Amino acid sequence: MSEQQVRTHSIDMSSVLRGKEKSQHPNETCIKVENLNLFYGEKQALHGINMEMPKKKVTAYIGPSGCGKSTLLRCINRMNDLVDSARIDGKILLDGENIYDKSVNVAALRRRVGMVFQKPNPFPKSIFENVAYGLRIQGVNDKRILEETVENALRGAALWDEMKDRLNDNALGMSGGQQQRLVIARAIAIEPEVLLLDEPASALDPISTLKIEELINELKEKYTIVIVTHNMQQAARVSDFTAFMYMGELIEIGTTSELFTNPSKKQTEDYITGRYG
Amino acid sequence: MDNSKVGHHISEQFNRELEDIRNKVLTMGGLVERQIELAVEAYTTGNLELAEQVIKQDDDVDALEVAIDQECTQILALRQPTAFDLRLLITVIKIIHEIERIGDKAERIAEMAIQLSGTESKNHHHELEHMAELVKGMVHDSLDAFARLAIDNVPEITALDEKVDREYDNILRQLITRMMEDPRNITRTLDVLWTVRALERIGDHACYICEHLVFLVNGEDVRHLSQKELEERVKIIR
Repeated sequence: MSEQQVRTHSIDMSSVLRGKEKSQHPNETCIKVENLNLFYGEKQALHGINMEMPKKKVTAYIGPSGCGKSTLLRCINRMNDLVDSARIDGKILLDGENIYDKSVNVAALRRRVGMVFQKPNPFPKSIFENVAYGLRIQGVNDKRILEETVENALRGAALWDEMKDRLNDNALGMSGGQQQRLVIARAIAIEPEVLLLDEPASALDPISTLKIEELINELKEKYTIVIVTHNMQQAARVSDFTAFMYMGELIEIGTTSELFTNPSKKQTEDYITGRYG
Repeated sequence: MDNSKVGHHISEQFNRELEDIRNKVLTMGGLVERQIELAVEAYTTGNLELAEQVIKQDDDVDALEVAIDQECTQILALRQPTAFDLRLLITVIKIIHEIERIGDKAERIAEMAIQLSGTESKNHHHELEHMAELVKGMVHDSLDAFARLAIDNVPEITALDEKVDREYDNILRQLITRMMEDPRNITRTLDVLWTVRALERIGDHACYICEHLVFLVNGEDVRHLSQKELEERVKIIR
């Protein structure tokens, strides 16, 4: 048999079959939002949100400015607790446990749910100390453990090869793209379950953006990722599921490929194709 | 679905580009409809001028195909379209291929008209003309459905293809008989056969246009379904 024939036969036909014949692996839910309402003072910013985010998948939130996507993201690690006027009702279940339960330790929750912001915010310390910071405040001081964790985290954030000889340099001397990956390394050093990314690439140049996107793709092997982005092509490239939000409501959530080729709601269609809302 | 889907982008320029592509597709469709009509007339009347005209017109059809293809590629690269816009461009790329093939078949009929002119091998005019009417209607209706972005008529159009196929089989049987009766007829009869075959293929391409159209309008891929399955799908999704 020639090489050509061998190659033809090695195609897995089940992956080619259309529609319902496709093998469906049910996704395990990591985060479940139930009837979530959020008010900033009198103003309601989120209206009865219900959605599930599967484990070790990337879920992207898209929608126009002010639609509540960042607000929703910040609910997942209770960042909105820091806003005085914010009031929340409803539930967010992380592995089946309501994170808004009174018994939940918020610091412990944030260890499980790491977050990266739009603008990289490294501490004015060395690269090594930035990544080791989370462990140090947990009381870890063993030099060997710290070194090992820092190396793994930097490798995980695709920064090790660039930075291994500069670990003692000040992190503020790095480029924007490097800083953002450093912040991601800092977030994954404490091994969270979930990574929340709020516009992680919007302040970066195209190449750094691609590196971050590539990184997200690698990180989903280990973490459940939720990303907010204004860049729809980015959502399309990096995510498995996409949720479209508008005026504080979840309009539609579905697999990214379906949502971008054949959305079920007209509002979604109008937004992603750039039509008048 | 209404036609307003093509317009209403925040970018006026994008509206114009998509509208332009759609207009070009319809122009191209109009050209091949005319080509079929002239080719069949040339065949039945032996008017060689008409045949030449059909052959010449195919260059325009080809040029339009290339131009539309380029415009689609350009938009895909520059605007990263999604949802309906994406499906529109993908569908247009496929539909213009079908239209171009229809043009080729019409050219083929015109060539046969030239080859068979002056011979007496054309005593199948009646059946052939009827078949031509059917496929012309199919092409017209499929392009009309594309212009309106309406899939209601799709099952009716594709159902006609079964009729066309039956007529093709009938004519084929007669032609085989004729070839067996007198082997000297074979060359000429084959030419008639190519003509009928070209018409039958035009019907197929009209069906493919309809299938692509269903994907454009509903995002549902209905290729390679039986007529019955297609009818059921369209009933559900429309």
